[in-house]
Amino acid sequence: MTDQVSERRTALAFLLPGALAVTVLVFVPLVWVVWLSFRRAMPVFGVDRFAGLENFVHLFSDSRFWAAAGNTLYFAVVAVSIEVILGLAIALLIHQRFRGRGLVRAAVLIPWVIPTVVTARMWEWIYNPEFGLMNYLLRTVSLISGPVSWLGDPFWAIHAAILADVWKTTPFAALLLLAGLASIPPDLADAARVDGAGLWQVFTQITLPLLRPALLVTVLFRFLDSFRVFDAIYVLTGGGPANTTETLAIYTYKVLFQTMRFGYGSAIALSTFAMSGVASIVIVGLGSRSARATRSPDDAP
Amino acid sequence: MRRRAGFLLLLFVALGFLLTPPLWQVATSLKSREQLSMLPPLLPDPPTLENYQGVFAGRPFGRHILNGTIVAALTALLALLLGAPAAFAVSRLAIARARTLLFGFLAVSWIPPIAIVSPMYLGMRALGLRDTWWALVLADTAFVLPLTIWFLTTFFDEIPQDLLWAARVDGATTVGAFVYVALPLSAPGLAAAAIVAFIYAWNEFLFSLVLTSSPAAQTVPVAIALFPGLHEMPWGEIAAASVIASAPVLVLILMFQRWIVQGLTAGAVRE
Repeated sequence: MTDQVSERRTALAFLLPGALAVTVLVFVPLVWVVWLSFRRAMPVFGVDRFAGLENFVHLFSDSRFWAAAGNTLYFAVVAVSIEVILGLAIALLIHQRFRGRGLVRAAVLIPWVIPTVVTARMWEWIYNPEFGLMNYLLRTVSLISGPVSWLGDPFWAIHAAILADVWKTTPFAALLLLAGLASIPPDLADAARVDGAGLWQVFTQITLPLLRPALLVTVLFRFLDSFRVFDAIYVLTGGGPANTTETLAIYTYKVLFQTMRFGYGSAIALSTFAMSGVASIVIVGLGSRSARATRSPDDAP
Repeated sequence: MRRRAGFLLLLFVALGFLLTPPLWQVATSLKSREQLSMLPPLLPDPPTLENYQGVFAGRPFGRHILNGTIVAALTALLALLLGAPAAFAVSRLAIARARTLLFGFLAVSWIPPIAIVSPMYLGMRALGLRDTWWALVLADTAFVLPLTIWFLTTFFDEIPQDLLWAARVDGATTVGAFVYVALPLSAPGLAAAAIVAFIYAWNEFLFSLVLTSSPAAQTVPVAIALFPGLHEMPWGEIAAASVIASAPVLVLILMFQRWIVQGLTAGAVRE
């Protein structure tokens, strides 16, 4: 009995420093940002007063905010869709047994581990209209006739950012899905193949349904991450041209640190958090509903 | 045979897509200014190291590397000091709702850093920590700690309970069992968690940008993002700086690949 009490005390002592750090450094700022969002606060000008719902009312009529929300959602949905499909393809490839598999798996991690700022600069140079690799390769195979200004064109810029993000984060998706593949017992596929199932049938009937939990986790992680995208685009385009690549995080940053409006910036930041929260609930909801939908025919007697 | 060829082709395409951009950046870093404005040839001919000298000339890039190294090392240390005992408590000690607590920690990774950047800035300024290593260490630790705890919990879960009981029977306290049994047995996990924290802090950009204002504390990503281009962008030097910034994390991930991947993906498949 006393042993249990003392163990409980030790457990609390073990947990306390970490819990305290997270509380002070994350949860207190979170409360603070809510408080700030109800104020008109411009620290450099000495302005700091209660503003009620002023910031949130302004938010509704701020077309730049809604444009940023649209850009962010478009970026996240398109990028994550491509990343999960490509990631699954790569995971299936490196799930096979072959010589040098360890080396290939290590190589796949390279884009993921390079600093995002570095990869943004790297792609900026690849997209360079005059001396970039992109235009050179596309002209060599005659897909384009003249140089394209990938980052200067309102249509191409967001898609250039998506391609750079796909390159950077597909490895992480592949990694999560590879772990999911590894947890599927191989005898299931073997048995199906003995029964005469083809590769495609094994994939759609066995692998894909069993991979569903890992797919859901991958989509959720990648979506949360791409919805908050900052450095990847801020360094690549700065949000331009004409704000067509300005995401919510970039707009928040500009309002906070270029115009020093801390109250309004905090309101945008809080709304971004709320939107990503709603979106993640929707993803989890859709994911578990489709899981139920596919399971029910088998469950029926 | 045909399937084998198809497989190799796909593998080759995937590797080409993933490896061409960094290889192109390495090639760029070895080109002179004249070679940069010529295409073809694709490869530097002859290769030159002038960009690598240029990165350090008249620019405090050495200081940025020092800042980045110290911030990342301190973040890794602090994350382990705070995270290892917490993970052990969640994994092995009799506390009610241990797993709920774990999810409380994990909720942090659901919060985008941009959401709390304004109070973080005001708080660090009020404490006089702005433009110091400590501001970055604290911000980075806060965001990497949940991952560290998650990571280490999966490693502590693997330790056979008998070993811990044996230590207790031999008279070791809980702290003793933690220090002399659990920690040595999960040394690879601790190393991998430290490396993940190091890489996170070395690569981190938003807080490093907002909480610093001079080369006194600016890290390598901030330096590369703010690389001055007076008339034209110094692409060769940016490429050289990129290679220098990526080298440490690449070496770490390639050396500890197995454990890092094991720790990072353990949670995703456990359900």
